[in-house]
Amino acid sequence: MIKSLDPRVNRAAIAEENTIEPLKDLDQWETYEVFHQKRRGDQHMHVGIVHAPNAEMALIFGKEQFGRRGLSVNIWVVKTRDVFTTDYEDSDIFETVPEKQYREAGGYKVMDKINKFKKGL
Amino acid sequence: MNTEAIKELLYKMADDLLIIGHRNSEWTGLGPILEEDISFSSMAQDKIGQAQALYVLLNDLGEQEPDTVAFTRNANQFHNAQLLELPNGEYDFSLMRHFLYDHADQLRFETLANSSYEPLAKVARKVKGELKYHVFHANTWVVKLGSANEESHAKMQNALNYAWNYALGMFEPSAHEDILVAENVFIGEESLQERWLANITPILMKAGLSIPTSDTWNPVFGGRKGMHTEHLAPLVEEMSEVFRYDPTAEW
Repeated sequence: MIKSLDPRVNRAAIAEENTIEPLKDLDQWETYEVFHQKRRGDQHMHVGIVHAPNAEMALIFGKEQFGRRGLSVNIWVVKTRDVFTTDYEDSDIFETVPEKQYREAGGYKVMDKINKFKKGL
Repeated sequence: MNTEAIKELLYKMADDLLIIGHRNSEWTGLGPILEEDISFSSMAQDKIGQAQALYVLLNDLGEQEPDTVAFTRNANQFHNAQLLELPNGEYDFSLMRHFLYDHADQLRFETLANSSYEPLAKVARKVKGELKYHVFHANTWVVKLGSANEESHAKMQNALNYAWNYALGMFEPSAHEDILVAENVFIGEESLQERWLANITPILMKAGLSIPTSDTWNPVFGGRKGMHTEHLAPLVEEMSEVFRYDPTAEW
């Protein structure tokens, strides 16, 4: 028998020659993406992933994995395979040529108008 | 207000929570999957916290410090129902016990939220959210495994059959009960059991599981009076091992 400092392991009386085979690849539940909301009205933020056999179970796992500390009012779960994504190969689509000041809002002089409005003028 | 009667109520509730909290924590690191391991362990910690809140109330009524009460009594001084001290067995039994006990626990606290004994009513209102999650967790697993496949169904049905009479033992009548009911402290074990049956029956039906026929019901009483199975003494021994190593240590 395997001897351990953990009494639970001793009680389990596990043979030295452990015949338990490791799980085969992918022999597990599918994954759900978990989104967590701190306060009502806030946006839900992606916080991680749980394995679960169905959405209800994903919710109870998501609550404990990601909602047991700090503020929480709500959780969403979405099957990972229902999430559509861009390819990392295409990451260059996010690159942009910097010389485009005409597209940026920096050129507008509005603060004077806003301040005037605030003062009720 | 009858202090002896209230103490008895607090002791059985607190001891139930402490013992199931310890039992469930024995799954930590050994749970079926990581996510469930974390959830079950977290709920076990909730139970210990709820037990502590009640031991504090007992302390206010003149009993010893929570740690002393929790870690220095012998098995025959515990008032938990025998259901909660039974070894974990396999996950089917642990889940079924969690389901049967947590429904009872949630109802007990729910009715106590209106108790005339305000300190207890306050604790009851505070733990409401935790208990709601525990019951949600238990229902989800029981329904899923009860109806998943033949093997899981058979295991859950066997676990229910085995746990049933022990579960009825949670509602062991007490000599002090009439006073508690008369003073609006607590609704009494009999009404609690009725409400419990009404709550668990539809969930078990949804899970495709059958409650044993009532002619076989034979509640296992005794736990409330300190009569326990041979499993409680080793549990108490293990639970208090570190405390007894140096009872004066500051934690």
